Amino acid sequence: MAIATENAVHLRSVPALLARNAEKMGNKAAYREKEFGIWQSWTWAETAVEIEALALGLLDLGIAPGDFVAVIGRNRPSLYWSMVAAQSVGAVPVPLYQDAVAEEMEYVLSHCGARFVIVADQEQVDKVYEIQDRLDRFEHMIYLDERGLRKYDHSNLHQFGEVQAQGRARQGELMAELVKRRDGITADDTCVMLYTSGTTGKPKGVVLSNTNIIETARASVTFDDLRATDEVLAYLPMAWVGDFIFSIGQAYITGFCVNCPESADTMMMDLREIAPSYYFAPPRVFETQLTQIMIRMEDAGALKRRIFDFFMNHARRVGSKILDGDRVSATDRLLYSVGEMTTYGPLKNALGFSRVRVGYTAGEAIGPEIFDFYRALGINLKQLYGQTEASVFITQQPDGQVRSDTVGVPSPGVELKVAESGEVFYRSPGVFVEYYKNPDSTADTKDSEGWVATGDAGFVEESTGHLRIIDRAKDVANLANGGLFAPKYVENKLKFYPNILEAVVFGAGRDRCVAFLNIDLAAVGNWAERNNIAYASYQELAGHPDVMAALQSHVEEVNRSVAEDEMLFGCQIYRFLVLHKELDADDGELTRTRKVRRKIIGEKFSDLIDALYDGSDSIYTETEVTYEDGRKGQISATLQIRGAAVVPVAKQLAAE
Amino acid sequence: MTQNQGYTTADGRQIGGTVMEMKNITLKFGGVTAISDISFDIHEGEIRAIIGPNGAGKSSMLNVISGFYTPTEGEVWYQGAKRPLMRPYEVARQGVARTFQNIALFEGMSVLDNIMTGRLTKMNASILSQAIWLGRARAEEMANREKVERVIDFLEIQSIRKTPVGRLPYGLKKRVELARALAAEPSILLLDEPMAGMNVEEKEDMSRFILDVNDEFGTTICLIEHDMGVVMDLSDRVVVMDYGKKIGDGTPTEVRNNQAVIDAYLGVA
Repeated sequence: MAIATENAVHLRSVPALLARNAEKMGNKAAYREKEFGIWQSWTWAETAVEIEALALGLLDLGIAPGDFVAVIGRNRPSLYWSMVAAQSVGAVPVPLYQDAVAEEMEYVLSHCGARFVIVADQEQVDKVYEIQDRLDRFEHMIYLDERGLRKYDHSNLHQFGEVQAQGRARQGELMAELVKRRDGITADDTCVMLYTSGTTGKPKGVVLSNTNIIETARASVTFDDLRATDEVLAYLPMAWVGDFIFSIGQAYITGFCVNCPESADTMMMDLREIAPSYYFAPPRVFETQLTQIMIRMEDAGALKRRIFDFFMNHARRVGSKILDGDRVSATDRLLYSVGEMTTYGPLKNALGFSRVRVGYTAGEAIGPEIFDFYRALGINLKQLYGQTEASVFITQQPDGQVRSDTVGVPSPGVELKVAESGEVFYRSPGVFVEYYKNPDSTADTKDSEGWVATGDAGFVEESTGHLRIIDRAKDVANLANGGLFAPKYVENKLKFYPNILEAVVFGAGRDRCVAFLNIDLAAVGNWAERNNIAYASYQELAGHPDVMAALQSHVEEVNRSVAEDEMLFGCQIYRFLVLHKELDADDGELTRTRKVRRKIIGEKFSDLIDALYDGSDSIYTETEVTYEDGRKGQISATLQIRGAAVVPVAKQLAAE
Repeated sequence: MTQNQGYTTADGRQIGGTVMEMKNITLKFGGVTAISDISFDIHEGEIRAIIGPNGAGKSSMLNVISGFYTPTEGEVWYQGAKRPLMRPYEVARQGVARTFQNIALFEGMSVLDNIMTGRLTKMNASILSQAIWLGRARAEEMANREKVERVIDFLEIQSIRKTPVGRLPYGLKKRVELARALAAEPSILLLDEPMAGMNVEEKEDMSRFILDVNDEFGTTICLIEHDMGVVMDLSDRVVVMDYGKKIGDGTPTEVRNNQAVIDAYLGVA
């Protein structure tokens, strides 16, 4: 392969790869961004020029090797350039979640001691200013969008273009220094530092070297045969390791084009316009899209609905098989191609999936119905399992071996082992260097031989070699009666119902399990509209008797399915309630990647848990909420508690 | 006309000289006197508010400024010259754009097309050339579209660019109206109750956009508003009207302490 025989000099660092791309495919589009209603594009050659100008500008501002440069904003070419420019001058880019509130930013910015902060707009500038007194190493801030910032004190505030212009103006004096620093980067130098969202405690700064990123990107590019002609849509948070691997690692290895949406609200439209060939989304995005399709189909005319139902049933039967290259009869194939013309094709086009060659989902378990729906349409959607500490890839599903309940085989170069406790360990070239300024955590996670604990419990299926993840290792516990308790296993089953957005199951050390639920306002709201149920708020809808009854039937179905599992039958849910607010990252209940923070939720709503166990029918509660701008408010509600039928466990125990 | 000197606002912005001046304006509809003998001026780059209880004549005043009504007596001076009798579109061509209290958009047209109508005064191509989409019309449309796209970007309404206006909620319609007025690149922007009927969040958004417009383009803004909190926060100087008469004029602080204004708003004990 061309990539395998690549001159090793270019594989030393991202700036070196940039130089190679600018030279070998200078006229090929590297970045696109929709601005002013038009897709603006930059070739690799233009990208190199932009990045060099910014790197010179950073030198002009006095950046030193080893400095940390925080990057905050939505996915924009200029911010990707900022990260590569920082690397070019020997600094370390640290992307942050743009929706983080000021206090969260304060922790990260002061932990890494960022001297430079590059932000998108006034909103981010204000947040950094709010906390700057507590950041002792912060010196310069560079912003992209000048709106609203005209009147700000510009003594340590700079506009992106002006920094570039200043850099270009001093090119003569600074070029030698830039070349020296850029050529001096070694494979072991830090490529990027990413803060893990952390379901427990403070975020940790994961240090990833150039080798980590580049080797992982190379291996994954080969695995899925990614090419320079591929297109991706960069819309996931820049602070997330996946975005770094896709939009920088793999993009610089292959030279494919990274497309940035116009704004978060236009993401779906932009997706259609770009029609990426390589696409990644967390299960939630696929779920939302499927819910929307179903809602719209319910509003469609009878004929359309019948055509849709007929062909979708056919697709569910043979679609995945055709995709996997299994034997399918000629009649079924013919019918499928008629379906492609009438239903699947137009639907994929409307979703922006017409050209998807490789699609991935990860981060959470995806519902089998949802997964099969997209695969039935002929979209090559696969699962992968990864972590920031692994530079993403631990396991992934090869084409033709895709199932909804496994996460695939070890990625190229990854070794896997399962400890006696059930915890999964791995070792790979992508394994992180260390947690920044945190040797204790580093030692806890990575042993001297380079094996990293994932913190997840799982097992490798003997027949296929695929890994299956059950739950977070620390969440797996015992019930009071000795049965195994794996909350996520049950929560995932609950969340597969479109009506349920989020579920949190409790039961460790208790004799039975109980659950908090969040309803999905889009799905339940639509149902309410069709059934003429009036409601004024989330709370009111969530507490409606018909909604509660529907949820109860979901819970009971889940109980029946859980009862069939020989290890986890004890995790059936006896009682549940619907929370009066949606779980939110601003309140610390979810991580920024929207994972449930079980412990915090358990402490915050301890009164509700007590009520679930003490047998009461309803409970009055008050909760503090944080608004997007950081202000706090109070909400109160009286919540109903419902019991759910369970399949008798005693019988099962006796049978063993 | 007296060439007034500019002044510096409380937050340190430099305001230019007089750009528009109302001299002894009286407006009568038959026997009803809507405005009686009002004079005030608008300086370049300031945010000027007109407030008053219901029926005080605020909207009538705005209609006089925008040329919808011709005053029965008095003169309007604009950019150092007395404004002759003009039709509203002629006033618009002079750089005065406005929004309406009751939204006046084309409901069936997309947001983009609605905002494009704001560029109408800048289009000169003939109907024929526009119909066959050639030559001048094409270049003109492209230039105008670019201006419109900048406004769309500025007001953050990219996601509804192609949505028919009729399907939008009220708050967004208001924003589209502002966009259309801005597309005309006005030197004076007249806003008739831009925040009427909005919730707190929408009001905050709209306030930010008004301040940003003033800051970014240096547009002079004259607005009518009921929400006192908003007026006091936004504006540099305030005219207070009651029963068609001017009862106060000055900075928000001055106006707030003016006894006549307090009486008009709270009633006389």
